[in-house]
Amino acid sequence: MLAVRLRSTKKGKIRFASHRDIAKVWERTLRISNIPLMYSQGFSPRPKISYGLALPTGAESDCEYIDLQVDDSNRESINVEEICTSLNDNLPPGILINGASVMNGKFPSLQQTVTSCIWDITVNEDDTKVDSWVDRINNENTIVLRRERKGKEVVDDIKPQVHLVRKNYERIDGRVTLQAELGTQPRSLRPSELLRSMEPCLTEYKLRRRKQIVEEGARRLDPLEVAGATPMRSLVGAS
Amino acid sequence: MTSIWPEIEHLLLNVEKPARYIGLERGAIQPPHDPRNVAWLLTYPDAYEVGFPNQGLQILYEIINELSIGEAERAYAPWVDLEKIMREKGIPLFSVDTHRPANEFDVIAFNLSSELVYTNLLNCIDLAGVSLRSVDRGIEEPLVAAGGHCTYNPEPLADFVDFFVLGDGEEVVSEITYVIHEWKSSESVSLSRESLLKELSKIEGVYVPQMYNVRKDQNGFQVLEPKHDDVPKLVEKRTITSLEDWPYPKNQLVPITEVVHDRLNVEVFRGCTRGCRFCQAGMITRPVRERSADQVRTMVSDGLRRTGYDQVALTSLSTADYSHIEKAVAAVGDDPLSCGQTGVSLPSLRVDAFTVGIAATIQGGKRSGLTFAPEAGTWRMRQVINKLITEEDLYGAVESAFSQGWRRVKLYFLIGLPTETDEDTLGIADLAKNCVEIGKRYNKQASVTVSVGGFVPKPFTPFQWFGQNTIEELQRKINLLKDATSRSRGVQLKWHDPKATLVEGVLSRGDRNLSALIEEVWRAGGTFQEWSEHFDIDRWLSSMEDLGLSVEDYAYRHRDKSEPLPWDHLDAGLYKDFLWQEWRDALEEVGLEDCRWTPCYDCGACTGYGLDHVVASTSPPVGGSQGTWQDLTKGSEVPQLLTIRKKSETV
Repeated sequence: MLAVRLRSTKKGKIRFASHRDIAKVWERTLRISNIPLMYSQGFSPRPKISYGLALPTGAESDCEYIDLQVDDSNRESINVEEICTSLNDNLPPGILINGASVMNGKFPSLQQTVTSCIWDITVNEDDTKVDSWVDRINNENTIVLRRERKGKEVVDDIKPQVHLVRKNYERIDGRVTLQAELGTQPRSLRPSELLRSMEPCLTEYKLRRRKQIVEEGARRLDPLEVAGATPMRSLVGAS
Repeated sequence: MTSIWPEIEHLLLNVEKPARYIGLERGAIQPPHDPRNVAWLLTYPDAYEVGFPNQGLQILYEIINELSIGEAERAYAPWVDLEKIMREKGIPLFSVDTHRPANEFDVIAFNLSSELVYTNLLNCIDLAGVSLRSVDRGIEEPLVAAGGHCTYNPEPLADFVDFFVLGDGEEVVSEITYVIHEWKSSESVSLSRESLLKELSKIEGVYVPQMYNVRKDQNGFQVLEPKHDDVPKLVEKRTITSLEDWPYPKNQLVPITEVVHDRLNVEVFRGCTRGCRFCQAGMITRPVRERSADQVRTMVSDGLRRTGYDQVALTSLSTADYSHIEKAVAAVGDDPLSCGQTGVSLPSLRVDAFTVGIAATIQGGKRSGLTFAPEAGTWRMRQVINKLITEEDLYGAVESAFSQGWRRVKLYFLIGLPTETDEDTLGIADLAKNCVEIGKRYNKQASVTVSVGGFVPKPFTPFQWFGQNTIEELQRKINLLKDATSRSRGVQLKWHDPKATLVEGVLSRGDRNLSALIEEVWRAGGTFQEWSEHFDIDRWLSSMEDLGLSVEDYAYRHRDKSEPLPWDHLDAGLYKDFLWQEWRDALEEVGLEDCRWTPCYDCGACTGYGLDHVVASTSPPVGGSQGTWQDLTKGSEVPQLLTIRKKSETV
């Protein structure tokens, strides 16, 4: 068995496909690309694919991750670059693998391992409104968010999850873009939750996940670079 | 080339399931737009998730895009939330392939597979920014076309559609494209829309309502007469002689998002000669044309490779009748790509143990549910409708299913059939209870789901003269069944809303006067009528009252032989005498064998066209008694009435 972690984009029209839709796309693309996977045991065997943190439907991303267990029992060697090339030929427009690692030994799942995500959040409001909103987010000691979870209202202080919020220089369609790093453990703080956590709320125009980060001690790593991962240099940084 | 994508992109964040509007499906085509080409917008007038799998639409999509002078894209009815925004912002109906506005196409062609989508067709024309009525359309406006099973009575939509196509579309779609291309390329100054419509009406299988004068006969019935000598009096359906020549879709589309029937579909044959008298599909798609086992194997294997699907459906009417069914099923399992992981489904099962045997070989570990359609509760009733399965067939099938690990069986029935008595209706409950008893021998949790639908008489069937049951009568029969099954553990009863059945019935056999009704219901907001949350009978009934149209006239009364039918100017390949004889035989409870394996009854489907059934095996399938009365074991009523009388003696 060969464990492979892939990083890919989700850009353009495909951003409107849901996390579940994309999971199905991966399963089919792996079959079309003739990449043999390990299967679970039991009554209805499932291919061993595990998906990373869900991306909100409609958001773009430079960094979606997926872990595969490739069945290499019938082949002498499986070349990860070839796997990526073949998948890239068959994935829908907008999804492109731009990094891969071979994973050695035991390693925690993507859901467990990623500690924060960096987001570009383009909003509809003008500079003055955004400036004062950002100041308040950064200066308050507690930010209270009411949200529904399993039918019950839950009140949380999300301040510990808000690692960084600042204004980007770059504008998208003339609109202000914020950069925010939001924590994912034990539960992800969503950009939409951040925007409505402080009155008067900001409204989302466009959203893009820039990076997923794994904190290992003092180091901040790409999930392709965690302990036990051997990144494929030729793919890293491809766009 | 224009795309409205920039206009809708940011609106999609605010609608449900936005992936329905993005295109990008595997196999989708973005044809380059050449103004000299004939551009078709193939439109399914219902939600994307329902329309996407439609095979007819996908077949035409490929054929047109293969033509050097044709380009085809797809559109679906936008769901109500997006439609509202589109209307507010003035955004037109668009293709999902390149997001091109609908009115930039030469033809907007609709697939009509249910009467309840008629209001959606009007909505799509209107959203396209095209004049609603055919006579009001200018030379720059797209042609509006329609095909599919409902076009066998096109009259309720005749005012809105420029041309209808009857029968198989594979050949005729190219002929139409060439005629439009020639008209478009002509430099003649006398170029008129009328001249194009007239040319189209000369193509076999094409019906152009504007080329006919409508008059009422002395009894007030609609009669159509051609306006010109070279317009056909009788429009014949198109039939492709061999399915083998058309291995389409070659590149079945794979959706990005969730749709119904999400699997590889391979059509193994077209047509059916079982002769069920209620079944329009079985009548209008004759003769039987089988695909060779080799071609099925190739289509399965290529299809799996291209699509990445792990589920294959072998499609047709009564799929177990396919001569090579076992080979076809084996072909899926043996395909190297499937690694034994690929499932097969047979959407239309015949009711017998043989069929269950096939199902058992293919479903692998999953034995969740199996569906049969006995259609009626008593042998008498099944003779009337010519669904000649005995109770033993059903019990054999059910026993076979439960004994091989299935825990749930679903049975489909019709109520409101001609000559139906309460005994027939209650027979449904008896059958279901007996099936549960059989199941309990093998599994304590054995259950049977009974699904009943109200019968709607359809054009070009022997029951086209029958007055359908009223809403109240259907409801009464449903209540009888509710009472009869309420104390039976293991029987679950489900039913189709009799109110929707009535609307289907009115539209199914209506004339051109119904155009006003469809328009009024649409204007009152009555779209997506196939969806129970949007269906509203009161809109239909109050509009009918406003317009002076009577439900009794359109749906409930029996029609007699002399009455002109609104579809008399069309020819589905069946002699009217044959249908009438079948209607009389039905009333006398006389069944009719399947003509695949017996002498011809001259229904017209083959003889009228110099065709023959394309069936690989001359012997009937084993193990069942449906029309073949093999294995008619003791205990059941042997169908002795199955004798054929000469037509001349009885008509």
